[in-house]
Amino acid sequence: MYPDNFYYTKDHEWVEVKGYMATVGITDYAQNHLGDVVYVELPAIGKQLEVHQTIGTIESVKAVSEVFSPVSGEVIETNGELNNSPEIVNQDPHGKGWIIRLKMKNKDDLTALMNAVDYEKYIEGLEG
Amino acid sequence: MIREPLIFEISDKGKRAFSCPKLDVPEKKDILKGLPVRAGIPDFPRVSEVEIVRHFTRLSQQNYCVDIGFYPLGSCTMKYNPKINEKVAALPGFLLSHPLATEDLVQGNLEVIKLLEDYLCEIAGMDAFTLQPAAGAQGELAGMMLIRACLEEMGNPRKFVLIPDSAHGTNPSSAHLCGYAVEETKSNEDGTVDLEDLTKRMNEDVAALMLTNPNTLGVFEYDIKKIARIVHAKGGFLYMDGANMNALTGRCRPGDMEVDVIHLNLHKTFSTPHGGGGPGSGPVGVKKALEPYLPIPRVEKKGGAYALNFNRPKTIGRVRGFYGNYLVVVKALAYILSLGPEGLKEIAEIAVLNANYIRKSLEKEYDLKYTTPTLHECVFSDKLQKEFGVSNLDIAKRLIDYGVHPPTMSFPLIVHGALMIEPTETESKRDLDGFIEAMKKIAQETRENPGVLKSAPHFSPVRRLDETTAARHPAVKWERER
Amino acid sequence: MSYISLSDKDKKEMLEKIGVSSLDELYGCLPDDVRLRRPLRLPPALTEPELLRRFEELAAANAYPDYLSFLGAGVYRHFIPSVVDYLSSRGEFITPYTPYQPEVSQGTLQIIFEYQTLICQLTGMDVSNASLYDGASAAAEAVLMASRLNGKPKILVSRSLHPQYRETIRTYIKNLGVRIEEVGYSAGGGIDLDDLGRKLDKETGAVLVQSPNFFGVVEDLGRIGEFAHSHQALFIVTVAEAISLGVLEAPGKFGADIVCGEAQSFGLAPSFGGPYLGFMGSKKEHLRQLPGRITGQTTDIDGRRGFVLTLSTREQHIRREKATSNICTNQAWCALRATIFLETLGHDGLREMAVQNMQKSDYAADILGRIKGVKKIFGGRFFNEFVLEFSEDVQEINDFLKEKGMVGGLNLGRLYPELRSAALFCVTEAHTKEDIDRLAGHLEEALR
Repeated sequence: MYPDNFYYTKDHEWVEVKGYMATVGITDYAQNHLGDVVYVELPAIGKQLEVHQTIGTIESVKAVSEVFSPVSGEVIETNGELNNSPEIVNQDPHGKGWIIRLKMKNKDDLTALMNAVDYEKYIEGLEG
Repeated sequence: MIREPLIFEISDKGKRAFSCPKLDVPEKKDILKGLPVRAGIPDFPRVSEVEIVRHFTRLSQQNYCVDIGFYPLGSCTMKYNPKINEKVAALPGFLLSHPLATEDLVQGNLEVIKLLEDYLCEIAGMDAFTLQPAAGAQGELAGMMLIRACLEEMGNPRKFVLIPDSAHGTNPSSAHLCGYAVEETKSNEDGTVDLEDLTKRMNEDVAALMLTNPNTLGVFEYDIKKIARIVHAKGGFLYMDGANMNALTGRCRPGDMEVDVIHLNLHKTFSTPHGGGGPGSGPVGVKKALEPYLPIPRVEKKGGAYALNFNRPKTIGRVRGFYGNYLVVVKALAYILSLGPEGLKEIAEIAVLNANYIRKSLEKEYDLKYTTPTLHECVFSDKLQKEFGVSNLDIAKRLIDYGVHPPTMSFPLIVHGALMIEPTETESKRDLDGFIEAMKKIAQETRENPGVLKSAPHFSPVRRLDETTAARHPAVKWERER
Repeated sequence: MSYISLSDKDKKEMLEKIGVSSLDELYGCLPDDVRLRRPLRLPPALTEPELLRRFEELAAANAYPDYLSFLGAGVYRHFIPSVVDYLSSRGEFITPYTPYQPEVSQGTLQIIFEYQTLICQLTGMDVSNASLYDGASAAAEAVLMASRLNGKPKILVSRSLHPQYRETIRTYIKNLGVRIEEVGYSAGGGIDLDDLGRKLDKETGAVLVQSPNFFGVVEDLGRIGEFAHSHQALFIVTVAEAISLGVLEAPGKFGADIVCGEAQSFGLAPSFGGPYLGFMGSKKEHLRQLPGRITGQTTDIDGRRGFVLTLSTREQHIRREKATSNICTNQAWCALRATIFLETLGHDGLREMAVQNMQKSDYAADILGRIKGVKKIFGGRFFNEFVLEFSEDVQEINDFLKEKGMVGGLNLGRLYPELRSAALFCVTEAHTKEDIDRLAGHLEEALR
């Protein structure tokens, strides 16, 4: 369920790293709890983000959630598909439902994050 | 059930419902010359009066309303709307008066405003009232602005407002509009303010605590005077959201509980009708210290006549045009005069009786998160029903099949899956028993046949609507198909 | 009077069920030191006939309705078709709650949807909300919306914007890091375009102009819009006399980003100041920043068309302190009346009414302007209001008119010191030629 090569945050964001490029999205656990996603607020290209700074928000019909950046860096791409089809976040949260791509500032940011095994344990703990 | 078309779908050229009398002044043929004039209004309706009357009459029949039945909506106080109040508000002297007429021509209106202000002072135990705010939320904003203006004059407006985690959403958004940051205070097991947490958070950076009493769980803040002391000790103000005043009328007064500023909802406690979402009215009452900052103008009696005073140097200004939702004010005044002191006391008592009767009747079937005594409303949760996969939403939708409007579900946020029930004092035992029966049947259906809840409602003009698509791809007006 | 529906037997049974012996016991949770130990000091209860008599006295203590009035200034007297009162007074329209449960509120929701559509058609905007409190607070909300959209701290407003709208805006923005700067008006009565050009800069987030403005003058929206956009400022138009939209070009056609205003003219009597009807619409791309409730069309599980409140995540009950506005209760029933009004007047009726306003006020301005001692200042084209300057004291003239059973124009001296000898007159389709001629006759008398 949760890709091995991703890193995870306690706020249910995932990040996939290729070199200095980080792709960020929310996990399956998060989309399941949000319900049907109706709108994703995306940041501007070029925005500088610190760790845990708000990237944007995700809205369901009756709730709004902030998405926090797992790593620091500059926003170089946002997933425009989400403007027309926000439901992609529900359908494929770890793949096509990615939200932004960052150029990472500091690879050490990753050391504070969980791996897939730890994340799955973490959400098991929440459910109980 | 035949679906009623949109007016634009039955509109067509050649149909007309209203005409003005023929022009009686000499007609200037080029009256529009040189002005930016529209060629027409594309797709603007053209229908007959017959079509208008049928259209709106049929639409009205798709509405549930207080005149049909029970609304157990917590914190909304959906009580009966007396018809005599509608009649008096339509008297020509009120209806036809222009707000900018000179005072000598509108003495009756000014007297109405002054009377209601005075009576609300007595009911709430405050020193002065303004009737200008158009609704509770605007009252909250005005109330917070009064606090801020007073603190500013003392040299420091401060930065924060404390709000319990059980509060209505308008509280934090009003505080924010006043330039304050919001800090949440924790609740005890029974939903009351945690005094320890409050003491920790209360300091000289906090302008006010915004409190609802009884709180949104229907529980009276027993330690209200202690709470007031904690806030006042650090120079802060105690703001009370008066939405739940229906539990207190004639029994206790916010002013006597050290509240500095309160807003009331005329469309709740004071019986003015909800009209499908408004208009309401949110008068704000204050103690002497905040009186100089009230919005202008103030109505004053000078030598036997009523006058408008605009000369108030410390005023926060206006929050809207003119004097308030005046006709709503007239209705509330009529209500107070028709009830009198005994009647006002009675509404609180019976409201509390009705709510406790429901609470006692349903406490086996539904989970009561807090067992503290409650006044005019109580909050159940869907905890017991969740085990069968049924949520408060399903219960609400099935209630519609039983001919009752669902209770409040979207708050308080501290109760997950909440069902906030406030019957008000105007419900008959028969209607209360009908509601209790329906809730019991639903509890039974939850165990035996949860599917019927999940697919509810079944008999309403429309069934469950796709709110997701409505939010993803908003269609907020009619457009001609091309 | 009492609206309690419990019999003595009911109360007894209910107390038994709860397990208490008296109502007092239910208040056991109240601490002693906050209990009120005396009855409220209020007049004793009145029965229905007494109540009616009392209010008839209070209503009759308002002499105003007996006078022939020429007051406007943001509140207008128009014909209201009888179906408006008839239909809006149905219990199914007066007594329902907010349509949060759409399955049992399709009447209200469909009507709001029609209302939103009509506002869009009239203003030329893509989207509209379900109402705000009134024109003044709608202007304030528009200013806040503009500042959310582009974050700039300065808003330019014309001095010919209704004084109460300006006051309300000031109150709202005081603690939010936004400031307004006033732009003067020209000899024609419209906004001074040179002054506007001088004051527009990169700090300007929006230009807010009223048209027809407080003096009744129709503004040059095309040029003002160009100015605003050339400086990357939003263009906000507010309309206080909504009937004007029946004949004047929609502000949307001039590039307005937000159009707001007061719709009291659409079926609401003057009512001594309220309840009224604020409206607001905007371009499509700003939909998610619109304050207030919004109704949207959708389908139910059987495929039937239905309507729901939508985009609720903008609002206070979900977004709390980050909401687009704190508004909860709005003016829904007033919007219902406006919808009935507009659909009854219809395309041709609305235009006819609007044009009659212009014909009658033009006639009035003409014959009044010819009276010795009266001068119509402001040469700009107007809709149904105009400003007259007098050679005598305005107060004395109005007192004289009052003795003749008339209420003259609004004395402008308190609001605009430079217009100390002037008054704002309003003439609508509801005035007859005789009314206007009578006014002329008495004014002439007054100035002799």
